[in-house]
Amino acid sequence: MNSPVLVAKGLGKAFRYFRSNLSRFANWMGASIPPDKEFWAVRGIDFDLRAGEALALIGQNGAGKSTLLKLITGTLRATEGSVAVNGRISAILELGIGFNAEFTGRQNIYQAGGLMGFSQEELAALIPGIEEFSELGNFLDEPLRVYSSGMHARLAFSLATAIRPDILIVDEVLSVGDSYFQHKSFDRIRKFKEQGSAILFVSHSLGDVRTLCDRVLLLDKGKILKDGPADEVADYYNAMIAEKENAELIVEQSRDDSGWLHTRSGTFDVIADSVELLDAGSMEPVAVARVGQSLMLRLVARVNREIPQLILGYMLKDRTGHVIWGTNTWHTKQILTGVSDGQLIEFLTTFTCTLGPGSYSFSPALTSTDTHLVDNYEWQDNAVVFEVVNSDRSFFIGSAWIDASFEMRRISYDL
Amino acid sequence: MLSAIWRFRYFIMASVYGELKGRYARSRLGLLWSILNPLAQAAIYAIILSEVLGAKLGTSEIKGAYPIYLISGMAAWGLFSEILNRCLSVFVEYAGTLKKISFPRICLPIIVWGGALVNHLMLLGSMFVVFLFFGHYPTWSWLAIIPGIVLISMFAFGLGMMLGIFNVFSRDVGQIVAVVLQLWFWLTPVVYSVATAPAHVRWLLDFNPMTALVGIYQNALLYGLWPSLPALVFPACLGIAFFALSFVLFRRASAELVDVL
Repeated sequence: MNSPVLVAKGLGKAFRYFRSNLSRFANWMGASIPPDKEFWAVRGIDFDLRAGEALALIGQNGAGKSTLLKLITGTLRATEGSVAVNGRISAILELGIGFNAEFTGRQNIYQAGGLMGFSQEELAALIPGIEEFSELGNFLDEPLRVYSSGMHARLAFSLATAIRPDILIVDEVLSVGDSYFQHKSFDRIRKFKEQGSAILFVSHSLGDVRTLCDRVLLLDKGKILKDGPADEVADYYNAMIAEKENAELIVEQSRDDSGWLHTRSGTFDVIADSVELLDAGSMEPVAVARVGQSLMLRLVARVNREIPQLILGYMLKDRTGHVIWGTNTWHTKQILTGVSDGQLIEFLTTFTCTLGPGSYSFSPALTSTDTHLVDNYEWQDNAVVFEVVNSDRSFFIGSAWIDASFEMRRISYDL
Repeated sequence: MLSAIWRFRYFIMASVYGELKGRYARSRLGLLWSILNPLAQAAIYAIILSEVLGAKLGTSEIKGAYPIYLISGMAAWGLFSEILNRCLSVFVEYAGTLKKISFPRICLPIIVWGGALVNHLMLLGSMFVVFLFFGHYPTWSWLAIIPGIVLISMFAFGLGMMLGIFNVFSRDVGQIVAVVLQLWFWLTPVVYSVATAPAHVRWLLDFNPMTALVGIYQNALLYGLWPSLPALVFPACLGIAFFALSFVLFRRASAELVDVL
């Protein structure tokens, strides 16, 4: 196992408030006056990061993500504990910091690059690469104030990633620029990772987290709540968001033999007794579905407490956790009302398997409205897992099967 | 700290250039404004004070003595107030950068110092041209300006950085300094001379370190005199003390600086 490039030990940061600034000034002069108020933004953080590992930091607003990043990059100084960094850090906490609007793109590379600690010679050598990656063309010699925000972001990202760092820290900045550039940036980050950079990534997009990261740290109220594989922590976090609204919520997690993680959470006022994937014709259970097969999902819900209304929703995810499709009976305007204690309700959902070959899962959610944030009765991640094979269609790639056909005719003739 | 400054020298130089360029960007005369402004101000004072109020510089044989006295004094005062004002607000202005990028923070006051120095040198150059119009030619004693620049900048930098650090924690400091500077200007013999000041305020002028510092400029440029060393002991000691103290304070406060920005 390679040695860690970053080790945080008992890391904590307290923001101190003094009733009078005089007490603060006196403390610099050697006095030891205790602060009137202390707020620990993060405390007791222990983790390490190894070369080639991509770690995501997730958590709600105010959980301490930004503070932790600033401690690692060194803009904030830790109150207790330590961060040991072995290698060069490149942090993109905000794109375009240190840029001067009156300078041209090229001058800004020297200015902001200097701020990052590069020498003039190093930057001169980096410019061709930055020029190529940012695709700014002639705009590189125009003042920055005429740039669009996307161009601004392209220049900043190209500069920040001009040299592969040992640790790359990215704080939700990839949502800028057009989707072409977003893809390009993601590819570059992925390539860095393959070449051995450790990535520390902060995002609110669980989809991005799942695709890029191997490991996720869930922060809550300044502490690490969970540290584990991406799908496990991301699903746990999803369940945790619901907890905010639903006071008594239970979260259970387990992993099956094939590696799919099952997370079950909710108040369990209504639970799914059974969820099955069936062939729509024979009503036989299906574990391996054919492309184009007519399928049916059958879910039997047991009601444990009288509730005003009940909604069933499904999410179809692929192996990487990306949502392929999802809807619920709120959107189809089939709201069940006046559901009483002890009732059993059967939900039948028929659909055609228009998926590409691969492994997929259905996650059902029983709720009272169109989101699980109001009443989460039961949410099961990956309750039904199935394979799709292509046995009788012509070969295709991708996760969707589209009933496409080619038509060909010659529209010019040789004389 | 010194090695960090050396490593970031290109950033500092580029930023000094950026400071100057940013201030006068997209104005047709650009950097010329940084010379025209103080000269115009000196001209206004010269006209109003000598023509309207009839201020005189005692008995001087030198042609255009009062405007030269005024321009020299205002240049010295301008250097002082510019460094002080910019150091005062630099940490607040660069709050975004300080919070997001890890770099030696000491670069910031050095950048504004550099910007003010470059500005000042350009002003000096244009002043000499103006003096030629008065038929006032340079002498060797004009070199006394060099230690003058060093002493004034050290004093202003030290004081400005200390106040700048306090200003981060309590923004009232900036407002108070603005008022105090106005008063301080009039308590310094820039538009009048020590000789014409009433006797009962002399002690105040003697106590004011800027009197001697501004005096270096006035004596050298107008009378061709080298500064008298005994008069400079107090301001020089004060300048060195402030300068050193500001670094001590900066080291102590540095950790908490970003916390409250």
